[in-house]
Amino acid sequence: MGLVLNEEQRMLQRSAQEFFSARQPLKALRTLRDNQDATGFDRELWRAMAELGWAGILIPEAYGGAAFGYQGLGLILEEAGRSLAASPLISTALLGGPLILSAGSEAQKHAWLGAVAAGERVVALALDERSRHAPTSIATRAKSQGSGYVLKGSKVMVLDGHVADQLLVVARTSGADDAAQGLTIFVVDATARGITRTRLTLVDSRNAANVAFDNVEVAATAVLGMPDSGYAALAPVLDGARVGLAAEMLGSGLEAFERTLNYLKLRVQFGVPIGSFQALKHRAALMYCEIELTRSVVLEALTALDEQRGDVPQLASLAKAKACEMLELVSSEAIQLFGGIGMTDEEEIGFFIKRARVAQQTFGDAVFHRDRYATSMGF
Amino acid sequence: MSTLDSFRVATRAWLEANCPASMRTPMPEDERVWGGRQPSFKNPESKIWFERMVSRGWTVPTWPTAWGGGGLTTDEAQILNDEMTRLNCRTPLFGFGISMLGPVLLKYGTEAQKAEHLPPIARGEIRWCQGYSEPNAGSDLANLQTKAENRGDHFLVNGQKIWTSYAHLADWIFCLVRTDSAKHRGISFLLFDMRTAGVKTRPIALISGASVFCETFFDNVRVPTRNLVGQLNNGWQIAKELLQHERGMISQIGRAIGGTVPPVEVVAKQYLGDATGKISDPVLRDAVARQVMNDRAFELTIRRAGQESAAGAADGGASSMFKYYGTEQNKKKFELILKCAGTQALGWTGPDFTPDELTLCRTWLRSKGNSIEGGTSEIQLNVIAKRVLGLPD
Repeated sequence: MGLVLNEEQRMLQRSAQEFFSARQPLKALRTLRDNQDATGFDRELWRAMAELGWAGILIPEAYGGAAFGYQGLGLILEEAGRSLAASPLISTALLGGPLILSAGSEAQKHAWLGAVAAGERVVALALDERSRHAPTSIATRAKSQGSGYVLKGSKVMVLDGHVADQLLVVARTSGADDAAQGLTIFVVDATARGITRTRLTLVDSRNAANVAFDNVEVAATAVLGMPDSGYAALAPVLDGARVGLAAEMLGSGLEAFERTLNYLKLRVQFGVPIGSFQALKHRAALMYCEIELTRSVVLEALTALDEQRGDVPQLASLAKAKACEMLELVSSEAIQLFGGIGMTDEEEIGFFIKRARVAQQTFGDAVFHRDRYATSMGF
Repeated sequence: MSTLDSFRVATRAWLEANCPASMRTPMPEDERVWGGRQPSFKNPESKIWFERMVSRGWTVPTWPTAWGGGGLTTDEAQILNDEMTRLNCRTPLFGFGISMLGPVLLKYGTEAQKAEHLPPIARGEIRWCQGYSEPNAGSDLANLQTKAENRGDHFLVNGQKIWTSYAHLADWIFCLVRTDSAKHRGISFLLFDMRTAGVKTRPIALISGASVFCETFFDNVRVPTRNLVGQLNNGWQIAKELLQHERGMISQIGRAIGGTVPPVEVVAKQYLGDATGKISDPVLRDAVARQVMNDRAFELTIRRAGQESAAGAADGGASSMFKYYGTEQNKKKFELILKCAGTQALGWTGPDFTPDELTLCRTWLRSKGNSIEGGTSEIQLNVIAKRVLGLPD
């Protein structure tokens, strides 16, 4: 049970704190946004993160990873969430690498994972096709042709899709458009003929793309693992991503809350700090409770992932739902409590509500996960 | 096998051998054992269970054995709790002596006071009540006016308390009294026998139809000086600590009184139907999911606080957060159950409603008191804002 950090985890947390506060403070995201940076993150810093072992943190040492597990990655993501740092941590360290590990053959793992862990490759998951997360609603088709396949369809919100080296494409090889069975994962070179990538400019200034596949020819060796059973390999990785994202959201919520708290102590009206007003104190205390509850479910879910427990799907939904509810509350209250200054682009607090809403939708919002939790509990 | 593992094995075996069958079923409120000079055991097996647990000191597992406790470490007590939960064992003995006064006496009591009061609490021989609130001292508790005049070998107590839970059934009272005019530094903590001349109680009828709270009157009550706990005029410090124990207890109240009320998802299925395996009303299903998910998150937070406190990282505001969240969550649960069951949950008496439905209605009304007693929700939020968040007065 890892509801309390051990010494090794505390050290990792400290080094993540130092890294993000010194090298990727929030103003770095503002600069990327204002410069309309083509990459959308700092490749130099991603290499530095890889050197610290973070790109391959979920990858076993045998494949070149650091094997620090989900609890370790959760700490890093929480700190990244505090500074809203843009990097391929989610697309590649949390999703791409682990999916190759979960679904791939020995040969595929050896071919890709070393480069992922070294920070040399960005590997993005091309899954969703609708504006709301629906991981089994897949109409993108992969038809057999000769010894290989032809991909046709389109994907939305592919995280880091605009700069990815490889795409992990979830396509239908059999079954109805909303069946979990009949899905196959393909490793596709992002520059392959027939692929059109359109970078999205989202409210959070982070990175995603829509990707269209117009009769893209791929070899049989591009199939990650076994045809038709891709979802079984994807599901646990997707749950890991939901929990990891919840950890990032916890960090963002904490930071937005602490900044708001600080403002309540400094801002003077009617001759007193506004934080002395009971109406505002109570709202702050409510946020504190929601953050504490979110921390508990995130830590429990991260632990369950590392222990590969059977209740991972349930806890992943609990963690993501709770993180969504908490961050919606905290990011909205932050704007209100900052007052007019919170509406300005100059004040950084606005970045949190922008990131919050994108993170809430990514991999299922609170409504999606309450439904999923209820189903798993048999009601 | 580690020491803790063998403790778990032995504990499980003992519980399986010694916990009677009916003590492993949900407990109706009227089968709770409160002990006292005139103990009542509605279910005869509850007496057997109570006596067996007393013999192990497991009515108060972490108290020293010298005072009738089990002498268990925090880890061992957690294991005992886990194993009791696993077997659905009922709590063998309830009482404010166990949950509130005991921890305070262990810290502030003289050896003589511990010897006099702790073993009877552990053995369920004396039932205690709490004399805190007064008509003009509710949320502003330190405004209390019940006066105790120091007469050398005794205090002379005059005044009135209110909301004194089960005072009409209690043997002794721990009581906050005014011994000086300074608001916080003029309060003392006294213990006295409810049979003392000049003590009168009057039960108050509540919206739930029950009368567990009393008005308690003191008219020239003589209390021996040796029954002062801690220093004279230092009672506020003790009172605050005791409130933390009380808040911890009330925050768990959902579990304690939930005994005969089934889980919200079960009620929802029963009254709304679940032909497809899902609660038929999608809006209420979402609300039920939110409720049970928050319950789970809250449970995990209590467990985390337990581990942090064992690791020496306790959070001073934790008991206020638990009191606030646990009681609000319990109230929401009953409101949701009412929505699911419709008018069948709104019967007061009569044969048109099942006994469970009638209990539901009254338990719903009783739950409204959870966020008032032991410090209102608003007071808990004040405490969090001040002690945890450092917001200015």
